[in-house]
Amino acid sequence: MRKGLSGVNIVALTFGFAFLYLPILLLVIYSFNASQLVTVWGGFSTRWYVSLFHNEQLLEAAWVTIRVGLLSATVATVLGTLAAITLVRMGRFPGRTLFSGMVYAPLVMPEVITGLSMLLLFVAIGLDRGFITLALAHITFSMCFVAVVVQSRLISFDRSLEEAALDLGCTPFKTFFVITLPIILPAIVSGWMLAFTLSIDDLVISQFTTGPGATTLPMRIYSSVRLGVKPEINAVCTILIAIVTTGVIIASIATKRAENERMKAERAAAAGR
Amino acid sequence: MTDAAAPDASPPARAAAAPGRWKRWLLIAIPYCWLLALFLAPFFIVLKISVSDTVIAQPPYEPVLDLSQGWQGIKDWWSALDLENYSALFDDELYLASYLSSLKIATISTLLTLAIAYPMAYGMARAPKSIRPTLLMAVILPFWTSLLIRVYAWIGILNPDGLLNAFLLWARVINEPLYIMNTETAVYIGIVYSYLPFMVLPLYASLEKLDETLLEAAADLGCPPWKAFWKITVPLSLPGVIAGCFLVFIPAVGEFVIPDLLGGSETLMIGKTLYNEFFLNRDWPVSSAIAVLLLLVLVVPIAIYNNIQAREIGDKA
Repeated sequence: MRKGLSGVNIVALTFGFAFLYLPILLLVIYSFNASQLVTVWGGFSTRWYVSLFHNEQLLEAAWVTIRVGLLSATVATVLGTLAAITLVRMGRFPGRTLFSGMVYAPLVMPEVITGLSMLLLFVAIGLDRGFITLALAHITFSMCFVAVVVQSRLISFDRSLEEAALDLGCTPFKTFFVITLPIILPAIVSGWMLAFTLSIDDLVISQFTTGPGATTLPMRIYSSVRLGVKPEINAVCTILIAIVTTGVIIASIATKRAENERMKAERAAAAGR
Repeated sequence: MTDAAAPDASPPARAAAAPGRWKRWLLIAIPYCWLLALFLAPFFIVLKISVSDTVIAQPPYEPVLDLSQGWQGIKDWWSALDLENYSALFDDELYLASYLSSLKIATISTLLTLAIAYPMAYGMARAPKSIRPTLLMAVILPFWTSLLIRVYAWIGILNPDGLLNAFLLWARVINEPLYIMNTETAVYIGIVYSYLPFMVLPLYASLEKLDETLLEAAADLGCPPWKAFWKITVPLSLPGVIAGCFLVFIPAVGEFVIPDLLGGSETLMIGKTLYNEFFLNRDWPVSSAIAVLLLLVLVVPIAIYNNIQAREIGDKA
């Protein structure tokens, strides 16, 4: 793989990335279209963005979405980190296979099944559907994604640091907070972001598990999309894309920087030795 | 005296290294119990309701397990269960057709995704090291954008009066608008587009760590490049191919949003049938039975996929 890019490779990459980005790009461009018609370009305008802020239903849904996202991402990050530690550090324990199955299965489980089964659980235990059930469902599927992200960081890190701290008389509790947590923190942060994004993006599981008064933004978008393409929806989607993209890019730059710092520190430590 | 002190004489570090037994169990128990209660237990409820009868009530199924009746309640509940909903699934052609069509659409779109993703991942792995992280980022980024939004973007493109037709008519490639929207073709496009990152990432991971000296050795021994590719690159990237195919195939079988928004009424997919049975017909027992059968179809691929995941952890840990 040393020969660098050939013409064929460049064509494949160009085609692939055009396929990935062109539809999103067109959606963003047409959100600034002055015309009501989707295919006719009527000049640049921000009127659809203005009308968004007068749409009470959408604003209300956005607020619900953000609240569910913040709550579920935070709980899912704690549970997912615990699950990752259990998988990587706890060795063998009875029921380990079942546990790892329960962590990986939700990653590929069709959403209709997850949604239906959770709804039936909430009905069976008599929990009223609404904000709480929505958050419980989101926590459950997103904690597994957090677990996978944190787990890969836990696997790759140098355990001798922890052992050194323990040998010097540090308690396991303190070792975790002083040594382990700072090292896996970038993974935990990206786990949180992933959980938050999954929560604010989810449609199907939310449809099943929600109740009156807890309509999320994707649910609102879905019901208007069924009636056809509307410039206003393009505007909402563009805002969501912008938020997510900025967040992901900032996070990746921050992670990269933290990584470089750490490498530098490690090199310095090695040279000092 | 010395005997009594002996247990405390162990080095403090050793004692600290093994956290208290109950603390360890507590740590395991929290995520374990959460998943048992909210992920595993619900499947048994689905199973139970799939053998109940449909009634017009809230909740719309019968019998409801009534533990206050004691043993008699359990006996009544048990005797009222039957496989009626499952036989209904096999009697009505709609369900069987949905299953088969889902499997067909998922298989074809997995292969199409592989065909587009492999050259991309290969190109990424051969790109200069300095731009690889950027390319990787560019593949991951769309995955963070809501599936609903990405599917919606295609509606504007594929509609009869959409952007694709407008472009093709303007370029005089076609004289009549193409009807892609609300056909299976649109569903294929939607699935390939939405799941492409899932295929590219594992492929790239396995292609990137390929040992290039193997290809050099092959070239030195007079092996033509295409043969080296076929004999060395493809077999060594097979774990990535397998992982990617599972990551696309399993969720695609039960996909709902894509066939619902792009496929129109003529495209049958089991996820959509389940959703409609639940939300439009309000038939909870039948939709539960569909979910159970769908899970039975998927349990083998999911188990294989889980095995691959768990083994990968085992190798690295």
